[in-house]
Amino acid sequence: MNSTDTSTDQQRLIIIGNGMVGHHCVEQLIERGALAQYRVHVFSEEPLRAYDRVHLSEYFTGRDAESLALSGAELYQTPGVTLHLGVPVLEIDRERREVITAEGSFPYDQLVLASGSYPFVPPIEGAEGDSRLVYRTLADLDTIQAAAKSARRGVVVGGGLLGLEAANALKSLGLEAHVVEFAPRLMPVQLDDHGGLALKAQIEALGVSVHLSRGTQSVTPGSEYRYRMNFAGEEFLETDLIVFSAGIRPQDAIAKQCGLELGPRGGVAIDSQCRTSDPAIYAIGECAAWNGGIFGLVAPGYQMARSVATQLCGEDSEPFMGADMSTKLKLLGVDVGSIGDAHGATAGSRSYRFIDEATSSYRRLVVSADGKQAIGAVLVGDNSYYDTLLQYVQNGIKLPADPSCLILPQGEGAPALGADALPDTATICSCHNVSKGAICAAIDGGCGDLAGLKSATRAATGCGGCSALLKQVFEHELTARGVVVDKSLCEHFAYTRQELYGIVRVEGIESFEALLAKHGRGHVGCDICKPAVGSILASCWNRSITDPALVPLQDTNDTFMANMQKNGTYSVVPRIPGGEITPDGLLAIGAVAKKYDLYTKITGGQRIDLFGAQLHELPDIWAELIAAGFETGHAYGKSLRTVKSCVGSTWCRYGVQDSVGMALLLEDRYKGLRSPHKIKFAVSGCTRECAEAQSKDVGVIATENGWNLYVAGNGGMRPRHAELFATDLDDETLIRYIDRFLMFYVRTADRLQRTSVWRESLDGGLDYLKEVIIHDSLNLAAELEAQMQLVIDRYECEWANTLKDPEKLKRFRTFVNQQGGDPDIQFVEERGQRRPVRADELALIPLFEEVV
Amino acid sequence: MSQSSATATVEQTSVQWRALCSRADLVANSGVVAWVDGAQVALFYLPDETRGKQLYAVDNRDPKSGANVIGRGIVGSLAGDLVIAAPLYKQHYRLEDGSCLEYPEQQLRTWPVRLQGDRVEIGLS
Repeated sequence: MNSTDTSTDQQRLIIIGNGMVGHHCVEQLIERGALAQYRVHVFSEEPLRAYDRVHLSEYFTGRDAESLALSGAELYQTPGVTLHLGVPVLEIDRERREVITAEGSFPYDQLVLASGSYPFVPPIEGAEGDSRLVYRTLADLDTIQAAAKSARRGVVVGGGLLGLEAANALKSLGLEAHVVEFAPRLMPVQLDDHGGLALKAQIEALGVSVHLSRGTQSVTPGSEYRYRMNFAGEEFLETDLIVFSAGIRPQDAIAKQCGLELGPRGGVAIDSQCRTSDPAIYAIGECAAWNGGIFGLVAPGYQMARSVATQLCGEDSEPFMGADMSTKLKLLGVDVGSIGDAHGATAGSRSYRFIDEATSSYRRLVVSADGKQAIGAVLVGDNSYYDTLLQYVQNGIKLPADPSCLILPQGEGAPALGADALPDTATICSCHNVSKGAICAAIDGGCGDLAGLKSATRAATGCGGCSALLKQVFEHELTARGVVVDKSLCEHFAYTRQELYGIVRVEGIESFEALLAKHGRGHVGCDICKPAVGSILASCWNRSITDPALVPLQDTNDTFMANMQKNGTYSVVPRIPGGEITPDGLLAIGAVAKKYDLYTKITGGQRIDLFGAQLHELPDIWAELIAAGFETGHAYGKSLRTVKSCVGSTWCRYGVQDSVGMALLLEDRYKGLRSPHKIKFAVSGCTRECAEAQSKDVGVIATENGWNLYVAGNGGMRPRHAELFATDLDDETLIRYIDRFLMFYVRTADRLQRTSVWRESLDGGLDYLKEVIIHDSLNLAAELEAQMQLVIDRYECEWANTLKDPEKLKRFRTFVNQQGGDPDIQFVEERGQRRPVRADELALIPLFEEVV
Repeated sequence: MSQSSATATVEQTSVQWRALCSRADLVANSGVVAWVDGAQVALFYLPDETRGKQLYAVDNRDPKSGANVIGRGIVGSLAGDLVIAAPLYKQHYRLEDGSCLEYPEQQLRTWPVRLQGDRVEIGLS
């Protein structure tokens, strides 16, 4: 190998399909270094790169295509990998070893078929358009969503796993959802009769109607709804749309056309190496038939993808010998689990059953003929038994003397199978085939936190079903190694932020030095603990952050009360409460911006940001802004930023409340509140939600009767819809709840933790939060309100305070021994304003030293 | 009261001491910047430091961002070393010798600096 350009030695590998399995294969190939040998082309019929089909219904509850994507776009920008989206493969020419697409033909040395499956729609007379929808791709979901706009009722044909998922999707679109199943029970593959009954009862209690043993004969126009589904006999059901989810069929058309051998019931026939009848072609996932069977779950597909990737890299691979079809699901909020031989089909097997008709729970344990081993299980209503049962079945662990205790209600002395009882060979994550041994090895290798463990081993990054078990194993292994999980803030404080907050409150500590002396180490601190403690002191006592003792604690933005930009200049944001501003106010800001030649931009929070001010200019700029009636906007602080609003009932024909008035009230109340991270509010004047309150930490939406309160939303990097917290509140109750919510967040959140992440970390979730805030379960409400009142009473504009004090103004000098600014800061003009010069432009500009 | 803090660099005979500013210009436990013949020097003042030096002078230019902002970082102590955290990307430099904890290839220039009574003096060679 004397050439660095190995492209001529490289083989051409083509992967057809970019679903979950095809994507996993690409990931595995890259991870195993296959790009040294192959140039990879991936063809996908769909216009989007691989996304998470398992969680498809979340598309209707807030997740978008990008957040469902299985990887960042950069994976497919890896040199050597080319992804052709929206380019179906039309034909495979095995003679010439080429695939033919609309973009032309591409030669291959090795070909992997990962074309997946398509939804099976039984031929039913009259089913077309909105009465013949399917549920598989994001494009399908867009079609369903469009159809649902004018619909009241929706029917899913198919009561299996996917059908119930689809019913959930219809329900979340606000439709009255029905499920029609041909078999006499739901989920006929995974559940037995009792399980199906229990599931039906639970689902019907959630408002989804279930119709069993119904075969649709034809679809005709309806009288009350758009369509009428006619069943055998005189029975019928009317609906506005029909989604077929009656099973899948392998996408094997191109394989058939090029003469590859197929399985007896379709699918590309493969051997244990996932090789088709053509040795240059592999098939994986739902398009492949092993031993005549198709595997419609993601874990076996991943297993095949791994096997092919290892073979292509010339490593030994484990043969694919079928797959465990055990599944653990939450369908419409109901736990369903099915393990191994769920139906007790094994000769001589016997079952233990637990039936609770009061809560419609059901559990079945199937044991071998000799009674020594568990071979299958069915769970409906409570999956907390699943992990233990799965380990018994998969690892052949000897059953306890009375096996029934494994499915009896817990709390009756059932021996939980602890993490220590699992052998090293036990599979923890079946999606990525991670054993307990691999997890222990990663911990021994220095993995000290759960997130690190997940990224190192990939455990719990597939379907996520094993997260709880992984955490259990992780914590058990850490304890076994004598490790205490270190939650120290930094090397100076062996406390979490929450603990420090408690200490500051209880002991009334008002300075960093006092806290460090009493509860910390050393006498200096660092850039982690100083701002964190500075924020806690401000949240508790709200003393001016310009106090000489507090100044050294602040990040530069808080110290100089402006936002540092990349070239060391600052941006200035005056507060514009609720986004309401007078023409005179606008003129005043314009005049300041013009005088100091500041780059001006409207922010997302309905304010105006003025960029490019140097340190020594800040006091002059603020003197003018304050004279014009403005005050600081705290854009630099971990504190309340803005309360965005729409014009509300004052101007808008749809508005039902004065949203601007409420925004002003809230912004005035909470301005200056220092918190673990920044806080954003919005108030919308009606349900059209023009202020986008559901993407804010605190969102308020007007109703006919008052206000609906939403909490813990977020935009930005990890968008999260705010959750409805309380409805139809009057002004006073709204403010009381927000007072409590904010102070409880300030009290219990971690350093730099937004409300969204904090809320997700709360044990007990939203219900717990409601208990604390609304029902005062911790008896804290009065205290939280009083603490908030102290902060409000002590509010003062930090800039006004600074301008009054010559000592504080001394800090706003670029140089202590010379007037003027930093000569290295240079601007160029672009679109009529100035911006920082880029490094590559510097050479073009004559350098000069500013004369002062 | 004599507040001189002698340093090893004083022994270099070629060092010339020049007055920069007064003690009152400094900000306790934080930084200010002085202009010295076209160079920008960040001065950090730790009045409570009993064992080591109370005053440090390092280059104000942040090698990572190219901006002159080091004087506006947070002073801290990490694993026994006094450090300054750069305000834009938060990497740390040792005040003693200007070496970077995270990026060994980055280095801040340092100067000898002392307090003569209330006068802050920098040592130029």
